[in-house]
Amino acid sequence: MTPMISLASPTRFLALVGTVVPWLSALVVVLLAVGLYLSFFVAPPDYQQGETVRIMFIHVPAAWVALGCYVVIAIAALGTLIWRHPLAAVAAKAAAPIGATFTFIVLVTGSLWGKPMWGTYWVWDARLTSLLVLFLLYLGLIALWQAIEEPGRAGRAAAILALVGAINLPIIKFSVDWWNTLHQPASVFRTDGPTIDPALLTPLFVMGAAFIALFVLLHLIAMRAEILRRRVRALQQTQVAHAAVAEA
Amino acid sequence: MSAALTLLRRDVILAWREGGAIGVALGFYLVVVAITPFGLGPDLNLLARIAPGMLWVALLLAALLSADRIFHNDYEDGTLDVLTTGPLPLPVLAGVKCLAHWIATGVPLALLAPVLGLLLNLPLDAMPLLVLSMLVGTPAVSFVAGIGASLTLGLRRSGLLLALLVLPLYVPVLIFGVSTVSAAVVGPGSPWPPFLMLCALSLASIVLAPIAAAAALRTAQR
Repeated sequence: MTPMISLASPTRFLALVGTVVPWLSALVVVLLAVGLYLSFFVAPPDYQQGETVRIMFIHVPAAWVALGCYVVIAIAALGTLIWRHPLAAVAAKAAAPIGATFTFIVLVTGSLWGKPMWGTYWVWDARLTSLLVLFLLYLGLIALWQAIEEPGRAGRAAAILALVGAINLPIIKFSVDWWNTLHQPASVFRTDGPTIDPALLTPLFVMGAAFIALFVLLHLIAMRAEILRRRVRALQQTQVAHAAVAEA
Repeated sequence: MSAALTLLRRDVILAWREGGAIGVALGFYLVVVAITPFGLGPDLNLLARIAPGMLWVALLLAALLSADRIFHNDYEDGTLDVLTTGPLPLPVLAGVKCLAHWIATGVPLALLAPVLGLLLNLPLDAMPLLVLSMLVGTPAVSFVAGIGASLTLGLRRSGLLLALLVLPLYVPVLIFGVSTVSAAVVGPGSPWPPFLMLCALSLASIVLAPIAAAAALRTAQR
């Protein structure tokens, strides 16, 4: 609990971000370099899909981050509503555009992969459709943040919406699966072991680690920017208040 | 209980007498369905095939049209503040208002649907199931719309924002509602499994949505 409390102070958080960001950036660069090298030069082409299988090394890790980011937002929403943690709302706000971007990457790479594999850029396949709905939920969150000017209310409103979405996402997923299934079933995380060859699995996991580290890095930087933005806003408000007092 | 019933009566009467609120929703429903054949061509077989989906999508849009009014008028004139100091807990209050929206909008739209179904060449024997699925599904529509209405309370262009927030959440309702009717029109399979899922969605949103709406009302009120 102690680290949570000490991190509750935005000042300490900013100091921490300052020390972490350079190291994390270096880690992201190394992981991405190794991961991309493995993906494009070492991994063998698939016996059926040929070279297009390499899209997977971008597509699948982006999907992990896209989903994981919503989990981060949902946890931050609980932090906002239950504990009123000052950084939780900042974390939720900073995560939404990042999650939307990764979801967009999943959709674009998915449709580029779909063209050679399924013969069309977009099919209303269950998993792709669920991701599209997730993208719409992210857009809704961003729109709500932008529509409400007062940060306190915006934070709580977005937290409620995020939790409503978190309850709805499994239901949407289930209903869409029920509606149509064409996508290949889960093939990495299965109880009887992955069905992907290790030669493809290693680059996939390196890329996964790279994308997760990239998400953490982007999230920390976005949170720092949001904290600073709020400080500027507070300073401007006191300035205006002083000016008003001076005039009166 | 009597306080809840009084509030329900008041809200429904206000909705009926507000002048145009229900009429506009019904008219919007009619217009959306009526212009569809102009976009798709007058092929009756095609229209019959897409009729369940068309009727459900148009119903969602028509219901959303009046959704931002659920709390808006009472918020503007201060009635909402008075009501929150009254005997009703806030979630019950929010639930009653959503229920009033269902009675004043969901039910009339569901009852109009078979008439519009005729325009789209929906087979007659699918009509009872169409009305039934809509009567059972529209509570979920109204209660989830209540969450959106409370989140966007007092914002500019709240109607548009409401639609953006809420429409993705309607995907399950739409899927199971359309599946129920389609199963009756073209098959394959029985209409009852999706129908029961629709019931489950409505029951779950009747229980959960008022809690979320109440929390959102509190954030709007300070």
